[in-house]
Amino acid sequence: MNPEWTYAVLGGVLIGLAASILLIAIGRICGISGIVWGIIKPTAGDTAWRWSFLIGLIVGALFFSFKFSKAFSVESPVSIVWLAVAGLLVGFGTRLGGGCTSGHGVCGISRLSSRSIAATGIFISSGALTVYVLRHILGVMS
Amino acid sequence: MSGMTQPTKVIGFLDFFGKWDPTLAFVIAGAVGVHAFGYWFMKKRSKPFFTQFFQLPTVQSIDAKLVIGSVLFGVGWGLSGYCPGPAFASLVGFNGGVYVFVGFMLLGMFIESKLGRKK
Repeated sequence: MNPEWTYAVLGGVLIGLAASILLIAIGRICGISGIVWGIIKPTAGDTAWRWSFLIGLIVGALFFSFKFSKAFSVESPVSIVWLAVAGLLVGFGTRLGGGCTSGHGVCGISRLSSRSIAATGIFISSGALTVYVLRHILGVMS
Repeated sequence: MSGMTQPTKVIGFLDFFGKWDPTLAFVIAGAVGVHAFGYWFMKKRSKPFFTQFFQLPTVQSIDAKLVIGSVLFGVGWGLSGYCPGPAFASLVGFNGGVYVFVGFMLLGMFIESKLGRKK
């Protein structure tokens, strides 16, 4: 098997493990967009775990980057303006749709939630369509 | 480790009509597989180890908000190659673009909440 795929499965296993620990330890779904939103718009007594998780995510990435510096420094192939537009869409869309790749994609699918399975199918499809249009029709994405 | 913090890998995964890169499918499979086991274990317990109860989503319906929100999220994901988790992790790479992305993502969340309240 392609070694990249082995790392991908191992990385996925760690993500699944992290989400499982959060669920079994404190009973919360590991959805990053929701966790972050609860920090911006805090409810009393419901922020400590969110900060801990987010800081852990960043510190974990920091440790990983000491060994594999290239993992986080790959630039997006699109310009700053597109990144800003994409950020707006991701922020707006994940709140409206109630989740992102972690909450819907990982946690929701493994709970066999029909809502999350639908959401994941939709965002993978619209993402694929976006890449298709930009790369193969307009030719603006390398 | 999974490759999800590399926008080019993510876009490669979404490029079904070009040179498709299946790497992220392995990430999803690994994560869903482990978490399905975690969820199974959770259902055997009456409460979490450190809190009083499990807080799982109760909404079941596939409504317009879910569909529209997911479409928009997918477009942004395909445009940039970033989704929220990997974007936060990538802040440690000190690459300017991801800071712009995260800043505007937070703004997008904020705008949604403002519009949502008016409804």
